[in-house]
Amino acid sequence: MSKPRYVMEFERPLVDLEEKIEELRRLDLTENPELVNEIDALAQQIEELRVETYQHLSPWDRVQISRHPDRPKTQAYVDTIFEDVVELHGDRHFGDDEAIFAGFGTLGGRRVAILGHRKGANTKENIRRNFGSPHPEGFRKAMRIMDLAEKFGLPLVTLLDTAGAYPGIEAEERGQAWAIAESLAKLSALSVPVVCVGIGEGGSGGALAIGFGDRLMMLENSYYSVISPEMCAQILYKDTKQAESAASCLKMTATDLVQIGIVDTVLPEPVGGAHRAPEEVFDVVGSAIGSALDELAAIPSGELVSGRYERLRDIGVFCELGDEA
Amino acid sequence: MSIADWFSARESKRYTQTSEQPVGAPDVPDGVWVKCEGCKRTIYEGELAETMRVCKSCGFHFDLTAPQRIEQIVDEGSFAEIDGRLGPCDPLAFVGAKAYADQLETAAERSELPEAVVCGRATVGGRPLVLAAMDFRFIAASMGSVVGEKITRAFEHATEQRLPIVIVTASGGARMQEGMLSLMQMAKTSAAARRHSDAGLPYISVLTNPTYGGVTASFAVLGDIVLAEPGAMIGFAGPRLVEQTIRQKLPKGFQTAESLMTHGMVDDIVPRHGLKDRIEVLLGYLTPRGAKSGEAS
Repeated sequence: MSKPRYVMEFERPLVDLEEKIEELRRLDLTENPELVNEIDALAQQIEELRVETYQHLSPWDRVQISRHPDRPKTQAYVDTIFEDVVELHGDRHFGDDEAIFAGFGTLGGRRVAILGHRKGANTKENIRRNFGSPHPEGFRKAMRIMDLAEKFGLPLVTLLDTAGAYPGIEAEERGQAWAIAESLAKLSALSVPVVCVGIGEGGSGGALAIGFGDRLMMLENSYYSVISPEMCAQILYKDTKQAESAASCLKMTATDLVQIGIVDTVLPEPVGGAHRAPEEVFDVVGSAIGSALDELAAIPSGELVSGRYERLRDIGVFCELGDEA
Repeated sequence: MSIADWFSARESKRYTQTSEQPVGAPDVPDGVWVKCEGCKRTIYEGELAETMRVCKSCGFHFDLTAPQRIEQIVDEGSFAEIDGRLGPCDPLAFVGAKAYADQLETAAERSELPEAVVCGRATVGGRPLVLAAMDFRFIAASMGSVVGEKITRAFEHATEQRLPIVIVTASGGARMQEGMLSLMQMAKTSAAARRHSDAGLPYISVLTNPTYGGVTASFAVLGDIVLAEPGAMIGFAGPRLVEQTIRQKLPKGFQTAESLMTHGMVDDIVPRHGLKDRIEVLLGYLTPRGAKSGEAS
């Protein structure tokens, strides 16, 4: 028995039609051969509907794709894009947080340090990796890798995919806020190139802790947001069911964020989302990281740090009030 | 005579009327009496004004506005505001149950401030410094573009002028109505704090009730010294979210300043009456290398 298919809300009409076609195809049509053509025509219409559906995805639809259980995760990117990967464990203070991948790898001959939020590919992995939501020790492990990158002049590549830093009692007691803040300060001052790629969820401070640098790219169906659409809806409307409209208000998709000037590049996904053709997506992400690293390699390290500061410095919209205010 | 008339007749005999004010509208402005959240005592506002808004009976620290906070810390008359004209916009044209533009207007009217933080130069015990104080009345002192920009400029000003910086925080976190623009202020302010620190200059952070979310997880905890007010609630995730996530009752004292100190996250808890002195003493120790220790300039 194959596992039941995971269906996203907006896909439901498509999936219903697909299932009907499959049912029709299973029928014995020897007595009505003309029906075969009709079924083929119907299948063709569904294919067109699919392209049409995916051309008009709402922000909320994209959030669902970004959370799709079959969407390729950090570990898959690390295993596919990089060679000679060495994983490194532990924060040297408390433990090893599996919700963060940390290590080294080589991308087309370029040696880099790698960090990424790491969700599991199945339930068992997800429990070990806390569904990709780090505790403070995860961010402290990340900072160790930043220090190594700095000390040995390795560019840093980060992959973003987390619903957010874990909001639990122990996480709070061990200084979740402190770990994130220190990570932000350290990341801002690294003198090596930093390339970040949003591959799935970009949940708030937990994503940001390893989520800004000299280049910020996002897959078409990933998101990056100050708050989850559900929590935003809870606060705004006292109703999590309004998440769809909150997702639009928050301007959290890759395309929106390019317009606001926070994201540099939107990386395209195959029709239907990254999970439909992961190999294609690995290629796109791998070569985008490669070119970004090549561009940044030409910049002297002092200019990298000041350039990164200027990038942050430019973010924000405000006005100077006149006398009447 | 109805029962009601009888009561009002009795009432009028009991009190001497001193003015023509009708009995139903006594000349007492709202908020003159407040209830202490600590000991439930009813306190006269005038009393609070004399105790730095700390309850005499139980030591509960009432919230302060940014102007009140500044007045309590700086040498009298020494505060000169910087970037006082920076005001908010509505970059995403954000409309939830309420329009963000309207929220901004209400907040400005209520607080008589253009935004949720007030920054300036001042002296404390004769020692010049940069001071920033957040004001919770302005949309829960959440950090949007303006708060992020003002805090960043405060750090930059202190770095250029080689001055210490003191920031008194209170905040509900990042301002979601500005979306990613507000999240990125966490990185911006942290980067500015790092530059100030790399210049060898001291930063004292004072966490007050409540300090949460994106403010805690950025500049607020990056001080060389992190102090907290007694009883202040401080954390990353709000208590309700934590409770919902773990589906358990929270331990007593969770996220209070006192419990944070037990867990090693803050240097000390300083009651309001001792804050100015403590800042003075600390800055005496935290003089940049090369400068004469104890030097007041």
